[in-house]
Amino acid sequence: MLADAPLEPGALRRQASWRATKSAIMTSLMIAAVIVVAVPLIAVVWSVISRGAGVAASSFPDFFTREIPVVSRRAGPGMGPAILGTLLVTAGATVIAVPLGVLGAVYLHEYGAASRFARIVRFMATVMTGVPSIVMGLFVYLTWTMTFGYSAFGGALALACLMLPVVIGSTEQMLRLVPTTLREAAYALGSTKSRTILTVVLPAALPGIVSGALLAIARAAGETAPLLFAVGAATRYNPDLLHDANTALSVQIFGNATSSFAAAQDRAWGAALTLMIVAFLITFAARVFTARFALKR
Amino acid sequence: MRLDLRGPDQLRIPTIVAGLAVLGAGVALTALAAGGPLGVLAWFPILAGLVVAARGTGADRAFRWTAIAAAGIVLLVLGVIALVMIDRASPVLGKMGLAFFTSSRWSAPDAVYGALPFIWGTLYTAAIAVVLSVPISLGVALFITQVAPRWLKKPMVYLIDLLAVVPSVVFGLWGVLVLSHHFGLGRSFLTAGIILGIMITPIITSLAREVIETTPASDKEAALALGCTRWEMITATVLPHSKGGLVGAVMLGLGRAMGETIAAALVIGSALGQITLDPFAPGNSMPAVIANEWGEADDMHKSALIALAVTLFVITIAVNLIATTIVQRSMRRSRGA
Repeated sequence: MLADAPLEPGALRRQASWRATKSAIMTSLMIAAVIVVAVPLIAVVWSVISRGAGVAASSFPDFFTREIPVVSRRAGPGMGPAILGTLLVTAGATVIAVPLGVLGAVYLHEYGAASRFARIVRFMATVMTGVPSIVMGLFVYLTWTMTFGYSAFGGALALACLMLPVVIGSTEQMLRLVPTTLREAAYALGSTKSRTILTVVLPAALPGIVSGALLAIARAAGETAPLLFAVGAATRYNPDLLHDANTALSVQIFGNATSSFAAAQDRAWGAALTLMIVAFLITFAARVFTARFALKR
Repeated sequence: MRLDLRGPDQLRIPTIVAGLAVLGAGVALTALAAGGPLGVLAWFPILAGLVVAARGTGADRAFRWTAIAAAGIVLLVLGVIALVMIDRASPVLGKMGLAFFTSSRWSAPDAVYGALPFIWGTLYTAAIAVVLSVPISLGVALFITQVAPRWLKKPMVYLIDLLAVVPSVVFGLWGVLVLSHHFGLGRSFLTAGIILGIMITPIITSLAREVIETTPASDKEAALALGCTRWEMITATVLPHSKGGLVGAVMLGLGRAMGETIAAALVIGSALGQITLDPFAPGNSMPAVIANEWGEADDMHKSALIALAVTLFVITIAVNLIATTIVQRSMRRSRGA
């Protein structure tokens, strides 16, 4: 292309400078993309803090402890039952999903490896991560709630179904990082396979497993759709995991967001602030775990 | 390391298995006391492990079978989901036939259920989300991997991850109470698309970043040594190298956008029967309809909503599977190269 063109003085330099300009333009577009990403994040966090903190602070600490007003247009505090509900549901889901997920990953990496059953399970776990959360909610409604009624446990089941494949995936990744020499050393000392896994492999991978599980928990704590069907809509404290309707922060936000009453909207912002603090704290704990105890990658 | 002089399997593993079994039995009993067979399901692997342990040759086999059973739970849950959902969806599918997917009339009082507008709404909002999110995600991923100085990389990754931590219902709340009051957006396909776009940006960005980082440094250095500018280096080496993975990342984002319920339900406007390209029109999507109509639905209506969920399930899973396959294949190839 260049060979055919008659070369006037400065042509090459002009071309070079256009190429440099183009590169600079694209680079600034990338920087613009970063700014565009930051805008909604800042806007959301700002809205939640500015509106939520006002609500929570004006009736501190009642907002976090009082029960939810039955009549939603009435102003005044109360998200206590929702906070308790979120904690109950998330804790229940963790107790169900994390042991199962870790055990499943132990099978996939330590026993199954490339066997057909392991490949099928791995494939299906990928499929399961793609199941929309509302489908999980309907599933739990049909198999649990229709028979036993609303309860925090139903919500925990739904969230556990969402968490399980995530925990399996992150745990398997962590097990992959444990050096084979560690296992071989344990075998050489006469340890059986199960003992090697329980006393050598899992402890070595523990920080990563914990951090992966925490991230899954943080996501689950913010889930709404599965809880709509399984948990119900209580306005009073219900510490019973297994019986009667409960509520959760996310459900309260969803319910109050479309309300036309300012009082209800205020409560939604307050609940959003609380939920974001919970999610950020859990994520932060995961980061600390990764940073403090991570295996070298 | 201190030598442990106990025999390999004398104490710890049986203790742990027994402990887990007692815990599992406790949970199962509590659930049974509440009258539920499903509580047992959760701890099925522990019980199965114990049964095998009783017959097998000891703790090692028991542990192995416990792990296998735990992995099997995934298959069990997915199987039960498919069976139960299809079973409950069959009344309406039997009544409406293919019209369920092709008719655009959805009227609970007349027991006529045509889901086309909601399928349209799901696809349209997801498409808007992807169109908005992809250039931005790609730009950010390229910035982090190719432009940003080293000290800036980590904070940038954290920022993107923070976006992923914000619960979807909070985005929905912000969308309905703040965003929809600006720019004449109202509650519409576009508002839902914007919110979904914000939500899938961290997913696409972090996947794209991982894919892009597999570009061999030697390729990039060769391009630069030939006198390429940074952008030419990117188009000549980075993009061709990571094309497959980027397509996969975008499709994973698409799958997430289609399955997202709550944010869409809050901002899409819940209008019936709108099949239009007008982004400012209010519409409805499959998950939003399920969430909004479930409360006051009778049996046939519920069946129709479950059929919607089945449709959504099939579409999102298909998209996800294709995406995962593409990503994994391209990652494997680039690692092998």
